[in-house]
Amino acid sequence: MSAPILDVQDLSIGFSGRRGQPALPIVRDVTFRIGRGERVGLVGESGCGKSVTGLSLMRLLPGTARIGGRITLDGVDMARASRNEVRRMRGKKIAMIFQEPMSALDPVFTVGEQIAEALRLHETLPRAEERARVIEALAEVGIPAPAKRHDEYPHQLSGGMRQRVMIAMALINRPDLIIADEPTTALDVTIQAQIMELLTRLSEETGTALLFITHDLGVVAETCQRMITMYAGEIVEDAPVDAALVSPLHPYTSGLLRSLPHFNKEKGRFAYIPGRVPAPLAMPEGCRFAPRCPHAVEVCGRPQELRFAGAERRVRCIRADELSLDGAVAEVPA
Amino acid sequence: MLNPLQKRMLRRRIVQAVPVLLLATFSVFMLLKLLPGDVAITLAGENATTERIEEIRRINGLDRPLLVQYGQWALNAVQGDLSESLLSGEEVTTTLARVFPNTLFIVCYAILLSIVIGVPLGLLAAARSGGLADRLVMVGSSVGVALPNFWIAMILVVALALNRQIFPATGFVSPWQDLSGAIWYATLPAVALAASGVAEVSRQLRSSLVEVLGSQHFRTLHAKGLPFRSILWRHGLKNVSVNLLTVISLLVNRTLAATVVVEVVFAVPGMGNTIVNATLQRDFPVVQGAVLVMVLTVITVNLITDMLYSVLDPRISQR
Ligand SMILES: Nc1ncnc2c1ncn2[C@@H]1O[C@H](COP(=O)(O)OP(=O)(O)OP(=O)(O)O)[C@@H](O)[C@H]1O
Ligand code: SF4
Ligand SMILES: [Mg+2]
Repeated sequence: MSAPILDVQDLSIGFSGRRGQPALPIVRDVTFRIGRGERVGLVGESGCGKSVTGLSLMRLLPGTARIGGRITLDGVDMARASRNEVRRMRGKKIAMIFQEPMSALDPVFTVGEQIAEALRLHETLPRAEERARVIEALAEVGIPAPAKRHDEYPHQLSGGMRQRVMIAMALINRPDLIIADEPTTALDVTIQAQIMELLTRLSEETGTALLFITHDLGVVAETCQRMITMYAGEIVEDAPVDAALVSPLHPYTSGLLRSLPHFNKEKGRFAYIPGRVPAPLAMPEGCRFAPRCPHAVEVCGRPQELRFAGAERRVRCIRADELSLDGAVAEVPA
Repeated sequence: MLNPLQKRMLRRRIVQAVPVLLLATFSVFMLLKLLPGDVAITLAGENATTERIEEIRRINGLDRPLLVQYGQWALNAVQGDLSESLLSGEEVTTTLARVFPNTLFIVCYAILLSIVIGVPLGLLAAARSGGLADRLVMVGSSVGVALPNFWIAMILVVALALNRQIFPATGFVSPWQDLSGAIWYATLPAVALAASGVAEVSRQLRSSLVEVLGSQHFRTLHAKGLPFRSILWRHGLKNVSVNLLTVISLLVNRTLAATVVVEVVFAVPGMGNTIVNATLQRDFPVVQGAVLVMVLTVITVNLITDMLYSVLDPRISQR
């Protein structure tokens, strides 16, 4: 594999509390890479730290956030770079698409101007040419009558259209990596598929890598090459999508896959993972999943490392080798 | 130039203005009549006989029923005739044309000061939200809001006009005749009026900016790589422009009312002094005329404000 576009090492994120209160640790020991043009799905239960991780890559966390480790993006450590350096990386090397297209755009500027603004930061063009480029970008994301839409305000567009505008804005400078944090959750089901298809196609066409944060394992299976599973602020499994779907190595990944709706239909029952995620300040010392794990044994009380399991897979479970866990499908359809 | 919506609004507002004007002038008229004594006593001079006073009343129509008196005044006013002062005999329109620009000058000066000083302070406080600069601005604005205008006016007179003689203590020069002189004379009154204006503008601007800076679409602006400078000045200001406009429009109306007292302190020949003197002497046509102009001004300010809303916020104009 050529040099990855993103190399995250030992990332930890906490939020400093009020005076006298301990900082709240949210994410720890997060290490992963994303190759150029690669599409990676980041999954896990609500609150496990997916969004916080995504925001940290762009240094978009609020001032109370405490970041440790290294976030190397195209040679620049985003965790330590100066504010100006970070600013120059944003838009040009890394861009982000948010969950809520309704509130992610500035209501008092035209969508064309908002995209042009992003372009202008990295390229100075004559007005007419700039406009042409923005209209082209709107056309690229499948917005009908792009010249007309260029001069409209966000409130004049539907949710799906706004998310397309966000995508056009993220892509305008052809960044190396786009983080999409649940980009379709707020949209109609019919629109969701369109947007995902668009993102996948554009990522293929432009060679932009994609970190796709979602709850929807089905979409990850369709669009991504690799899947990273997070649990309680840690990565518990990192595997090629096909391998993860057929033979997950971590009991939590297996649990997620088994609670997929179509899996339940086949088995005729409703599977879910019993119990709850422990609170940040009450994490078990050993395996964080142990209180909910059906395979927990005594050795699980020891701290678990994210170990390699083969060349392309990593897992944080001491029993990964001996367990044979259910996936979502028995075989990957060709 | 005006879109159909704005035209409709303009027409509706003009129709609405009529009852407002009638109500305002009628209440002032009745209040004035409730006060003991009338202008006839003043006109008749000292040691006048009761018969003489009665005669003067009759000549001036002050013996007629109140409603008739008011009705006559309103009928003339509609035709642009605001009658004459009962004391000096000067046309009220002439008086107002002389004194209103002075008041307007001071009010505009004070509003300008409020904006020019208040906006940067509000931006600074919002940009450094929670920091030292923020706290200083907030404490300063609490003081500015709390102190009465006339008290600030008197302190200014003592400190800068009487003790140091940097500015003239009283009097006024018409801006038509001598603009720099007018600015010179209007500075202290304007500063006295602007103290609470600066406080109000910076405070409101800060709070609406802090809110909008923390909103989702501002995170998008950061994600784009925009420098904080343009996030604050370009997007921040435009996003809060509607709030700012509301604050300024309320401020204009409030300042207009506050000039009454401040003009008296600085002996400015403006609307304030005119209203106070005419009231003391029960010179009701002058009071009525002045009130009419003040209310008209407020109505106009509100109308302009509402028209500007739709210019500033695209969501309003297209609804
Ligand atoms: N600014 C903050 N200050 C303190 N705690 C925060 C802050 N932002 C997030 N957290 C906490 O960090 C944890 C992880 O949040 P995050 O939004 O990353 O979860 P998530 O995995 O994206 O969940 P979801 O699937 O619901 O979006 C949560 O417990 C949240 O309460
Ligand atoms: S380490 Fe033990 S408790 Fe944790 S996931 Fe593996 S088997 Fe379960
Ligand atoms: Mg999230």
